[in-house]
Amino acid sequence: MDADGLRLDGNAAAGMLDEIFRVETTSAVATCAGCGASRAMGEVHVYAHGPGVVLRCPGCDAVVMRFARIRGRLVADMRGVRTVTF
Amino acid sequence: MSSATRATERTIGWRAVEVRETIRETPSAATLVLDVPGWPGHRAGQHVDVRLTAEDGYQASRSYSIASAPEDDDVALTIQRLDDGEVSPYLVDEVRAGDQLELRGPVGGWFVWTAAQGGPLFLVAGGSGLVPLMAMLRHRANSGSDVEARLLLSARREADVLYASEVRDVIEPAITYTREAPAGWTGYARRVDGAMLAEAGFEPQLRPRIFVCGPTGFVEGVARELVALGHDASRIRTERFGATGG
Repeated sequence: MDADGLRLDGNAAAGMLDEIFRVETTSAVATCAGCGASRAMGEVHVYAHGPGVVLRCPGCDAVVMRFARIRGRLVADMRGVRTVTF
Repeated sequence: MSSATRATERTIGWRAVEVRETIRETPSAATLVLDVPGWPGHRAGQHVDVRLTAEDGYQASRSYSIASAPEDDDVALTIQRLDDGEVSPYLVDEVRAGDQLELRGPVGGWFVWTAAQGGPLFLVAGGSGLVPLMAMLRHRANSGSDVEARLLLSARREADVLYASEVRDVIEPAITYTREAPAGWTGYARRVDGAMLAEAGFEPQLRPRIFVCGPTGFVEGVARELVALGHDASRIRTERFGATGG
């Protein structure tokens, strides 16, 4: 199956994002560090079929955030996001 | 257990809930009516995460849209079975009243509609993408809202249509059957396209609020067509279910 068919959106990551940020996150606005575009987290593309969860910018396809559970701990790689405005 | 895990459970916890009733909707979908003590309330369009734990400790969780309206007494989820799924076959075919599940939520605040936001409201559903949109229609009916609403529903065949009689009580849906139309059907029998969206929806000048939910390919195709028709992308909210939906 190609990755296009597996693409989800920020809604699919809402439970995990709530767990991390402790606040409703899909209506927060994220600014991509790659292209500078700002979008609601609910619009960000989500790929969750692998071992981690990858969030990509719908505009430039750059990785915005990555999350993985490693030995029971949640690791968040946030280098692809400039700001998140809640 | 790490301190991070404990903190997580305190703030957004998984809670044990009991299934009060199961309702068979179609051959491959069922509604689970849940007893959720202390439910904080939800908005139409939100979902919950459901977690199952096997005897060996293996856990799997999935997101399911809430089908019930905020005004309803019960919390109801409608689940479409994916035949190769880890979770949905159990929830659709095995779960019985009295069984317990783990649930967290409600979650999501982007793909939601409240009557106070107004409209007009154009809902476009692919298959079981109808579930969160049905919560919006139930909310609209329960709240006595006079917001004008239209629904375009794409289904493979008549037997796959969720809430088939109730949906016609709350709205006059436009339906398209993409695999097999019932005998004598004079409505749409093709995949959703721009002409169908233009006929079934509202003029872009009316600035409708548009919600599209379904399999990923369906949602992205519909969103592209809506923008091509002149709808403002910022008025279109989408929820993708993945390759197969549900």
